[in-house]
Amino acid sequence: MTSSTDTAPSSGPKYPGGSGGQRPPAVRRAPRGEPLRRRSFVARNPSILWFLLALSLFTLGVTVLAEATGTGLLSTSFIKTLGKTLCLCLVAVAMDVVWGYCGILSLGHMAFFGLGGYAIGQWLMYARTEQIVMGNLDGQPIPATPQEISDAIGTQIFGVVGASELPAIWAFAHSLPLQLAMVVLVPGLLALIFGWLAFRSRVTGVYLSILTQAMTLALSLYLFQNDSGLRGNNGLSGLQNIPGYENTPQATLSISFFWASAAALAIGYVALAWAVSGKMGSVIRGIRDNEARVRFLGYHVESYKLFVFTLSAIVAAIAGALYYPQAGIINPAEIAPIASIYLAVWVAIGGRGRLYGAVIGAAFVSLLSSWFTGGGAPDIELGFYTVQWTDWWLVLLGLSFVAVTLFAPKGIGGLFDLINHRVMPDREGDYGPDTGSWRTEEGTEEEPPR
Amino acid sequence: MRLLTFLVVCLWLPVVAAAQDLQSILQTHAEEAASPSRRTVGTMLDDLAASGLPGVATFLERYQDRDVVQRAGDGLFFYATKSGDTYTLSDISTGEEVGTAPSSEITEIRPNGGVRREIAGTLVAFQLSDPDIERRQTAVEAIARSPSADQLAPLRTSIETETDPALLARKRQLAGILAASFADSTADRVAAIESLSGEVSVEVRAALNQILSSSTGVATALPDGNIARTFTPGSDLTEAEAYDQLVEEGLALPAPTRADIRNALAANIDGGRVGGVPVARLDNDETRDQAYGALAADGIVPPRIGAAEQSAALSAHVFYEIYDEDDPAITDAARTALSEVETRVGMGQMVDLSLDGLSLASIYFLAAIGLAITFGVMGVINMAHGEFIMLGAYTGYVVQLFVPNYTLSLFIALPLAFAVAFGAGVAMERLVIRWLYHRPLETLLATFGISIALQQLAKNIFGTQARPLTSPGWLDGAWVVNDVIQISYIRIAIFVLALIFLALILFILKRTRLGLEVRAVTQNPGMAASMGINPDRINMLTFGLGSGIAGIAGVAIGLYAQVTSEMGSAYIVQSFMTVVVGGVGNVWGTLAGASLIGGLQKGIEWFNPSNTLAAQTYMILFIILFIQFRPKGIVALKGRAAGD
Amino acid sequence: MSTLLEVSGVSVTFDGFRAINNLSIQIGEPELRAVIGPNGAGKTTFMDIVTGKTRPDQGRVLWGEKSVSLLRMSESEIARAGIGRKFQKPTVFEAQTVRENLAMALKNPRGPFDVLFSRGLDDADSRIHGLADEIGLRDHLSRPAGELSHGQKQWLEIGMLLAQDPRLLLVDEPAAGMTPTERQHTTDLLKRAAETRAVVVVEHDMEFVRRLNCKVTVLHEGSVLAEGSLDHVTGDQRVIDVYLGR
Repeated sequence: MTSSTDTAPSSGPKYPGGSGGQRPPAVRRAPRGEPLRRRSFVARNPSILWFLLALSLFTLGVTVLAEATGTGLLSTSFIKTLGKTLCLCLVAVAMDVVWGYCGILSLGHMAFFGLGGYAIGQWLMYARTEQIVMGNLDGQPIPATPQEISDAIGTQIFGVVGASELPAIWAFAHSLPLQLAMVVLVPGLLALIFGWLAFRSRVTGVYLSILTQAMTLALSLYLFQNDSGLRGNNGLSGLQNIPGYENTPQATLSISFFWASAAALAIGYVALAWAVSGKMGSVIRGIRDNEARVRFLGYHVESYKLFVFTLSAIVAAIAGALYYPQAGIINPAEIAPIASIYLAVWVAIGGRGRLYGAVIGAAFVSLLSSWFTGGGAPDIELGFYTVQWTDWWLVLLGLSFVAVTLFAPKGIGGLFDLINHRVMPDREGDYGPDTGSWRTEEGTEEEPPR
Repeated sequence: MRLLTFLVVCLWLPVVAAAQDLQSILQTHAEEAASPSRRTVGTMLDDLAASGLPGVATFLERYQDRDVVQRAGDGLFFYATKSGDTYTLSDISTGEEVGTAPSSEITEIRPNGGVRREIAGTLVAFQLSDPDIERRQTAVEAIARSPSADQLAPLRTSIETETDPALLARKRQLAGILAASFADSTADRVAAIESLSGEVSVEVRAALNQILSSSTGVATALPDGNIARTFTPGSDLTEAEAYDQLVEEGLALPAPTRADIRNALAANIDGGRVGGVPVARLDNDETRDQAYGALAADGIVPPRIGAAEQSAALSAHVFYEIYDEDDPAITDAARTALSEVETRVGMGQMVDLSLDGLSLASIYFLAAIGLAITFGVMGVINMAHGEFIMLGAYTGYVVQLFVPNYTLSLFIALPLAFAVAFGAGVAMERLVIRWLYHRPLETLLATFGISIALQQLAKNIFGTQARPLTSPGWLDGAWVVNDVIQISYIRIAIFVLALIFLALILFILKRTRLGLEVRAVTQNPGMAASMGINPDRINMLTFGLGSGIAGIAGVAIGLYAQVTSEMGSAYIVQSFMTVVVGGVGNVWGTLAGASLIGGLQKGIEWFNPSNTLAAQTYMILFIILFIQFRPKGIVALKGRAAGD
Repeated sequence: MSTLLEVSGVSVTFDGFRAINNLSIQIGEPELRAVIGPNGAGKTTFMDIVTGKTRPDQGRVLWGEKSVSLLRMSESEIARAGIGRKFQKPTVFEAQTVRENLAMALKNPRGPFDVLFSRGLDDADSRIHGLADEIGLRDHLSRPAGELSHGQKQWLEIGMLLAQDPRLLLVDEPAAGMTPTERQHTTDLLKRAAETRAVVVVEHDMEFVRRLNCKVTVLHEGSVLAEGSLDHVTGDQRVIDVYLGR
């Protein structure tokens, strides 16, 4: 075995579609006879520690500056924005697992996010309305029957769409535990069924992306109808009022939700990082890079995809369930296809295939977006024209997105590689489940035999 | 209304005096004219009609309207308008004012209802046989608007003399409709009704429905008459509805509602108790009924009518629907005829729906064919395709700003939109897509970035409100086959445009050097390059072609929908569906996909016309399921060439 | 030697072209078999059929003692049943290390939850090291597979094949692009594997086939043209015609 050293033949194999015949630079080599000792999960993934450290510091800083718990330097609405951003980071992490690791570009993940929001919104709205209704009925000479209470709640909630009865999908809305279960079950089941159908028929690549987009479009169109039972285009509102905490100031609620979001992000991050590490991660990335090969190794690829898809849908739903009480309102526009595309944009800008990249992308782009569209950015005088960022932000975002795709496919996360002088050994300027990751079709002969 | 129309028409015509003038005819029948009776007026009317004088119609109109007076002194007849105590008189032949007269000298002629019907009959006959075809048409349409029994005979008479074939057909049709309702004998009516069953027009359906008009009722026993049907409470109508009907007819006492009971209880609280039940316990229907029962027993409130009493009341009555027409033979015939008509209408609607589906399919085809070329032939996903459609539509709008002639501007806009979108496509291919070949998901995202930038750019330039793209006058209106089937010219034009592009694309791909090179590069870029084909150039041209067609589609869509910055995104998902369902890499596949999606959307809308959102939802669900069974689309490449 | 795989009367048509035409092959266990044939003879399609990638239009593919039909099984089921495949071009997971590549291939429960929760099986490392020794990649366990030389990738793929512990190995052109030393090493590996299992090698290179020293099946136009020792088949006039052209 003499040929197996670090000198590679200069006429190495061409990696199709990617960076030509370039060979990845050599990396630190494990010494011969590397000990068999298995390192712990965190030790093998040091970025998790760094991430948790950064998140804790951030949370601590915000807590100190918040109104309810500290100096009050940050306004309540800004705390809410930060809390929402953390939820967006969580859904971006889920998206990264599906796309960056498993190679499924889902253009429908915000549907799960929105469904989570709807599920928790149902309880928030029901419980809140119930309190109002009970307050009204207390003044009556005769105590109300359960039917009357339910009718009154129905009228209160659905008066806006000209209905008064609680639809069947509100059957569990009275119970927080049941509705919390719905947060997980409804999106999880949708992902399971949709994924099963899609993966079973081996729909892959852009076809799958278009199909997921169709899914979210269908869902949002459905919810736009008044007879969907979720108040049509009015959506669910007043979600910022938490039943049972009427007297708690929004400042306190906002920091509590911020903490909850931070905790959810931390837990979700670690859990997903664990799920995509080790052999599981190996198989998932294998599916991304060469699905057929994984299949011939005896893995039932569809189950894995379904597992990852459903898992990330559930995480997305949980993120949504935390997001919408902070946003206060949810309507079908929130799950329009465009939202999911933005999610993909965040992950791409942050850097695919690394969970912290997704977090950075989501936080960076969404905060920047609210700065620009919120009028925070100063206008630019060009003499003949004034660039108002509320009008031009999307143009900038669109073009910078093109630029990132073209010139920095690793996204912002790629900067960490430069800082670390660490070259990602697995990638050379190319990402994703496409030919870019050196996927080659095997078992086909190049030309039909004659 | 009809008379007024006649009046206006008549007054506009010059009144020419003839040898035998109106006045003299009237003087011949002076007695009948002055105090007409239904039995005697006929001869005078016949004479008038036979005279053929131009003023007769006007006279009859005004006669009917009680505008004609007789001057006591000479017995002459005039038209008169009364102001205060004086009448202004006009000559009945010329309509010229001839002077005034005090009311004492004037006798107003007041034809009674019977006489006026006679007059109307003659009048209609007169109009229907008028030498001027326009007046005949006006008369016929007036009859069609408000049919009545007395028009039947004159209409039938006029048919014999009618010369214009189209009007003759119309008169026959109308006579049939009138006969169905107004013929004298049952046999005649049944025959007329049966002859109507071949029609689909709204008029025929209205006439048949009119014959079948009915009313519902409730009574203790089934009344005499032509009963259409009886209702069984619980199956044909709900028991609550049935009981409400009883209450409405005064046949039963209203049952207090839950709210009534609650209010009654609230009004009768006595020392924390109602009817002996503590108020605190009244939080369910059972105790409330109990308390209310106690109150009712004391006579304080009306009795609560329970379910048993209600159903007893229901079973003691019969609910029925009775025809206004008494003769069952006629209603039976009408029902049969109506069901036949409705079958025909249903078939007509199917045809109409197919035409609608076809036109929608043409739009989807136009929107998707460009995408099919870039996506199918080149394997490139262009999310900005919708924005190229928008670009084309705005090009059309801008052209119309400078060229006010809509026809001319349309013919300038079509090639210009192609050029603009072609340029944009080529620029995008060179600047972005070229660097991302073989990375389809990244292409998807990069072109999406371009899509949002272009969309926002359009919003910044043209504003958020919709801009009109006006079609030339010759595209207004619709091609009407009958009352059921019609299609607007603009949709026909789009269909034709789609056909032209189908032919053009097939021609380019199959018959030209460019098409050959495109297919070569698609199948094996390396081999094509080695044979002297420049793949970069081919890719650029193909992409430009696909984008240019999107621009043309934009003009077409803009003509019937509005031009907004978001119009592209409205079509992009459908376009992708079209390509995916049809099968990638095949023009025929796109055609099949567009037909399927267009037809399906119209079909679902037909089942649930009120809800286009639901139609789209179900269509997408269908497509998701469709992909299950044909993952490669309708026209799938098989075997190794599919490259899976 | 019992029959492990029985392919009988199988035909496949692609767009009117008959890639496989009434093909019948039997493989015993243990056995080393070479399948040769000119371009387009259907060698790769034969493997596609056995591994479930292509469904034949007609014919039977039976497997094992119980003669289970492979036609109704998915690719992953077939792989789990004990058929391993090495592709023509080396297809290893270039983004992952040699260790990860081998670990993925190791014979273990394949369900998602098994994989998720069964971390750090104690014998996995020793098995990986054993395999790495056998394929000569012991020093490269932590290197990404994409960095390996072409020959090393071939071996890694063979190692992954062995890690699956299959009863039947389908090896497509294992020696392509290898230096003579590497070829020798590959031959040894295959011969060793064939002592305990069935190995089917598809190869163009007559020299390599000669070194394998085994029964040879010649495919032509989708069916078996000749079968026997290499000397036997190379002496067959029809085989000579096919190879030299008519």
